[in-house]
Amino acid sequence: MLLIGTVTVSWYLAVGAVLFVLGAVCMATKRNLLGVLMGVELVLNGANMNFIAFGSKVLRPEGSLGLDGQLIALFVIVLAAAEAAVALAIALNFYNNHNTVDVDRANELNG
Amino acid sequence: MDLIAVAWPYWHQFFFIIFATIAIGFGFGVLLSKNVVRMAFYLVLSLGSTAGLFFLAGAEFVGAMQLMIYVGGTLVLLIFGVMLTAQKDFINMDTHTQDWILATIVGGSLLMVLLFGAFGAEDWRTPQDINDAHVSATKEATPLGLALTGIRVDTLGESTDAVADGKSGYLMPFIIVSFHLLVVLIGAAYMARTKKLSHATDDKSSRAKLMLFKMEHEEEPLEEAKYVVTHKGKSALNPLDPNDED
Amino acid sequence: MADFINNIFGIGDSWVGYLIAALIAAVLILHVVAVGALLFIWMERKISGRIQDRLGPTRVGGKYGWLQTLADGIKLIAKEDITPDLADRFLFKIAPYVGLAASYAAFIALPFADGVVAQHVNTAVFFVLAVLGLEVFSVILAGYASGSKWSLFGAMREAAQVVSYEVPLGMCVVVPVMICGTMNLTTIGNMQAGLFTNWLVFNDPFTFLTAIIYFTCATAGVNRAPFDLAEAESELVAGFHTEYSGLRWSLFFMAEYSSMFVVSALASILFFGGSHGPIPVGQWIGETIGGTWGLNISRIIGVGNLLLKGLIGVTVMMWIRWTFPRLRIDQVMTMCLKYCVPLAALGFIGATTWQYLDLPTANSLVGNPRYEKHEMWTEGVEVTPAADASPASGIPDPEPHQEDKTANADSVTVKTLPVSVVKGGER
Repeated sequence: MLLIGTVTVSWYLAVGAVLFVLGAVCMATKRNLLGVLMGVELVLNGANMNFIAFGSKVLRPEGSLGLDGQLIALFVIVLAAAEAAVALAIALNFYNNHNTVDVDRANELNG
Repeated sequence: MDLIAVAWPYWHQFFFIIFATIAIGFGFGVLLSKNVVRMAFYLVLSLGSTAGLFFLAGAEFVGAMQLMIYVGGTLVLLIFGVMLTAQKDFINMDTHTQDWILATIVGGSLLMVLLFGAFGAEDWRTPQDINDAHVSATKEATPLGLALTGIRVDTLGESTDAVADGKSGYLMPFIIVSFHLLVVLIGAAYMARTKKLSHATDDKSSRAKLMLFKMEHEEEPLEEAKYVVTHKGKSALNPLDPNDED
Repeated sequence: MADFINNIFGIGDSWVGYLIAALIAAVLILHVVAVGALLFIWMERKISGRIQDRLGPTRVGGKYGWLQTLADGIKLIAKEDITPDLADRFLFKIAPYVGLAASYAAFIALPFADGVVAQHVNTAVFFVLAVLGLEVFSVILAGYASGSKWSLFGAMREAAQVVSYEVPLGMCVVVPVMICGTMNLTTIGNMQAGLFTNWLVFNDPFTFLTAIIYFTCATAGVNRAPFDLAEAESELVAGFHTEYSGLRWSLFFMAEYSSMFVVSALASILFFGGSHGPIPVGQWIGETIGGTWGLNISRIIGVGNLLLKGLIGVTVMMWIRWTFPRLRIDQVMTMCLKYCVPLAALGFIGATTWQYLDLPTANSLVGNPRYEKHEMWTEGVEVTPAADASPASGIPDPEPHQEDKTANADSVTVKTLPVSVVKGGER
């Protein structure tokens, strides 16, 4: 049945939503710092999926965002790369100083 | 692509379901796996099939960039970090049960809201007639590049001046992003550098403490001898790289 | 091809034809990968033998030992498939397939001749590079999953090396894309048709520089000597594939050799004329015969040209491997960051300036016209003529939108931003 229905923007939004939620839950539950980072990547991809879906002329010729959707998706990809670099630097710093990557033990700034 | 659409109208659905299943399935793999290296591998597959979905939606350039920057660059970095920190205790880390419960409740309700939104709008749900001209109009790399340099060729058809002014390209964000990347490059390199200098000063300070200690307890040779022994024991271990054993 | 198959079976325009066409393309590419690996390994042995003043394999399969690889393959299949105790079994088993899949998938968008390509991708250049870049995951996973420190060291080196060398590689690839104004490999190849002076490597001195940098970085990117730090025998036993044996081990080598071929073929498409020979013999034959047969014959000659060029590229890589000593890991990184990246940037800026100032190219020096420049988007796209005109204006006018609305597509001369039509995309 699913195979016969036409792919619409909603389908892409649904996939994006699932990826977003998976990433968010991943960020919340993982204790490994790098696992949290992976959750962030999933969240960014879920959001990107929405931009692509709204910018796609294949899915919705009338009223699509057009090029803006793809451009913003490009910016998201680039910024995600930057974010990953900084986050990794922080993670490695944390690991060097505390000999752990457990985010629960990063509580030095607790009042 | 448009030719195939004529021959078999369901190809888009077919590939969409394949890619979406892989993306979501390995997304669950990332969430549920405890081994951090496997998580990274599942993430690679998930993001790779997301690139496939981008291709399906007609965003070829973004799909290729997703594969190149995201999967080929960012995730390699991530796995690099995983391998640098993947010591025995940190490979498998359990999550507290209450965390799982809370996260599932919050995530489930968030998913409900998002899905409700996704299927809520009539305009997004109803398929539109796709004429083949639009399907084949995926040569969007040139307009994308021009838009990044501030020329919008795709909005020229829209004759209203407001649109022409408001959508005058992405030159400013592009420059901001490039400066941002430069800053990030320098910052990350600065933060992740090896802290040899600070270690050396630490050593020096400890040595200074030792000197002070020695000066204070000069009459007690026993203490010094004890220290030397322990120090020797330490230094005997240090130069031996654990990698050189066996 | 799908139409052709559908005509044979007389089933009109059916998806069966597309499925069969896709399967045929897949099998053909698989043969390029597998048979290519057989040939290349034999070539590597013969070439290394000759360079070291030996004979190389001589016994299996006649005088030149050309069945040696097949015999080795049979031996490898018969070998026991060992998984170490400390290994992460799932990742250990799946890692070779990841690498093979990546270098196999890179062939999808690689045009062997005009129109002889598995799937037209408009951003084919970056698709090939991106997919090829995924091969590093197989090395990393293999290195981690083996549970051996040698493997882990090799994988770490590979990760650092590949991520670094992708930067100059991408910058070099941008130069032909910029000159041709398209990312479609078919179009880039077709724009270099004709005499060899039309090849992009001879376009100007900077493209020549870029071609050399590209080939260097590609050698490093596919992890070949002198950049094969990930499998340096003298330091790391065998690097990431220390713990592998039998068929899985040979899959790594199939992936390595096929990606060597991919980067060589990409080099020949981007810089060395693609499927067009130094003298346009195939084109001439095709035009003389004319019709579909002429087209097909010129295509076949084109495929032969590209395979030959790829083979030459692979041979040069082997020549380099057996001539230069292996670099140290810090020398590898120094070479990338201190030499390749600045040189690639210089090549890019220089080529851009050359193009902008419209300086003479090798082609114009011998009296040929510059590259045929097409109007943008001539078919299949519903855009107003005004939209066609605007990229030609090059430098943004104060109010480009206002002016371009009145501009006519016919009056446009594409000068500073040569935007060419992606003709191969519709085929």
